[in-house]
Amino acid sequence: MATPLHSRVELTGEAADLLRRLTVMHGPLMFHQSGGCCDGSAPMCYPAGEFITADADVHLGDLRIHDVPNVIPFWMSRAQYQSWKHTHLTVDVVPGRGSGFSVEAPEGVRFLIRSRLMTKDELEAFDL
Amino acid sequence: MTVYSQPGQPGSVASYLPRYDNWIGGKRVPPVKGKYFDNPTPVTGQTFCEIARGTAEDIELALDAAHQAAPAWGRMSITERANILNKIADRMEANLELLAVVETWDNGKPVRETLAADIPLAIDHFRYFAGVVRGQEGSLSQIDDDTVAYHFHEPLGVVGQIIPWNFPLLMAIWKIAPALAAGNCVVLKPAEQTPASIMWWIDLVGDLLPDGVLNIVNGFGVEAGKPLASSPRIGKIAFTGETTTGRLIMQYASQNLIPVTLELGGKSPNVFFNDVALAKDDFYDKTLEGFTMFALNQGEVCTCPSRALIQSGIYDTFVPDAIARTKAIKQGNPLDTDTMIGAQASNDQLEKILSYFDIGQQEGAKILTGGERVELAGDLKGGFYVAPTIFEGTNDMRVFQEEIFGPVVSITRFDDFDDALKIANDTLYGLGAGVWTRDMNTSYRMGRGIQAGRVWTNCYHAYPAAAAFGGYKGSGIGRENHAMMLDHYQQTKNLLVSYSPKALGFF
Repeated sequence: MATPLHSRVELTGEAADLLRRLTVMHGPLMFHQSGGCCDGSAPMCYPAGEFITADADVHLGDLRIHDVPNVIPFWMSRAQYQSWKHTHLTVDVVPGRGSGFSVEAPEGVRFLIRSRLMTKDELEAFDL
Repeated sequence: MTVYSQPGQPGSVASYLPRYDNWIGGKRVPPVKGKYFDNPTPVTGQTFCEIARGTAEDIELALDAAHQAAPAWGRMSITERANILNKIADRMEANLELLAVVETWDNGKPVRETLAADIPLAIDHFRYFAGVVRGQEGSLSQIDDDTVAYHFHEPLGVVGQIIPWNFPLLMAIWKIAPALAAGNCVVLKPAEQTPASIMWWIDLVGDLLPDGVLNIVNGFGVEAGKPLASSPRIGKIAFTGETTTGRLIMQYASQNLIPVTLELGGKSPNVFFNDVALAKDDFYDKTLEGFTMFALNQGEVCTCPSRALIQSGIYDTFVPDAIARTKAIKQGNPLDTDTMIGAQASNDQLEKILSYFDIGQQEGAKILTGGERVELAGDLKGGFYVAPTIFEGTNDMRVFQEEIFGPVVSITRFDDFDDALKIANDTLYGLGAGVWTRDMNTSYRMGRGIQAGRVWTNCYHAYPAAAAFGGYKGSGIGRENHAMMLDHYQQTKNLLVSYSPKALGFF
């Protein structure tokens, strides 16, 4: 049983700082994890509701940031989740110039996913 | 061996301007909001020009220009349109070396690839579509003695195109040439990582096109790409990129009820059967080159053969040969014609590749060679270089399932045909694949069995204009290249004509 002690996705401090600034600029935000070519495998950050999620997606969790009123939901397509589910994800940020419509790109930075294998405890918590 | 001087340096064959505006209505137009962004070269990491930071206002100006030009361009005789495309090709051919150097400087890829592939293919693409559009005919069906159905091809009008950064000029021209040939006007948004070479190109050929037929607006995806993709003023949107943006573009298109074509990448299997090693002959040598194609364009190719499936009987001998071939790849200055692998296109791309080295090893994949960033000497020190890398593991690992878009291949073994087919198709994507065997029955059945839009058979990474390119499964919708591409940029007009003077008798 998953508890608040367990998460599938979290943030680095730098990513939280950036999201705090982006929320001021764009309002409530969301993430959808991309796949495929070019900027694939990058987490795409949009104004909440800009990207329509559906039964084809899995909600991995909500990112909570101090001073940000709305949680930031993190989504991934169900099909992609099948090959990612055993890994724990951390949203980080690096200097760069992303494509796609992700809101951070004009700031000269890019969100990046860092991954680690889930612990036995985490796998059990998520029935994996 | 030739080492080209860096653009802007003494002795260089080509130079960039310090700043590029948008290209709208046949001329340079500063961005409405007056903002620009810095454009670094991946070769050194240093900024070499400023690029217009376009916004929705600039997209509207470009759409105004395109709509103004569209009626005349669509009505122009196909011969005249084709002649213009051929003139563009001729001018590019006369400047091939210059285009190759500026493309390498913007993207980081080795100049020997831009000289031998990117630019010649782009030139040929214009000639191919100039040819096939002239050969295209409508049709008629005689329904009965009094009734004829005529079918005409008509342009869509104004279309939007969003271009990736891995082959900045070639991917743009894959989209521009068929759209223009079919009589459409275009608003094009280049990738923000590689926004400069297309501006250099339009300065070269822009006078050959009537004003407003092709408009280029640079900027960031969220600021310029979204207003284009979501505009009710385009008749179609074409995009090459990744799946989340692909879905978002499709959502926008659904809101405007317009067609989309999407090319969203792959995780292409390259399958090597035992019989490739029956003799250590030319064919075996070609096979090893086919394996090493994962490093072409630094692996930044949607069809990168990033999974190699090697049959058990040759695995233990083939893999050392493949490692040796990979280690022989010469990495260095992209402007040196001897260099085989250049720089990754951007810093975030480099970081992403390094993150896969991390998770790949955590999952138990073994690095057989490479697996690290490369720091080159001199002014290349700040560039984004990665060693060609071979992972060994199993197909369920993330390095086997995700497109890393770097010079990284993940290899695994298979026992027999059915095993190979199962592994090859165990992926979300289906863009490219390779099959290597001396047995024509095996190659045919494997090629038909793999769920991918293109199966290279005893070859890889060839991109002739006359071969259809596009994806199955999550790799996208529609095709590029081939005459059938014209269909993606045309409406069908049916005139259903009665030549009978008599009433039907219904009323």
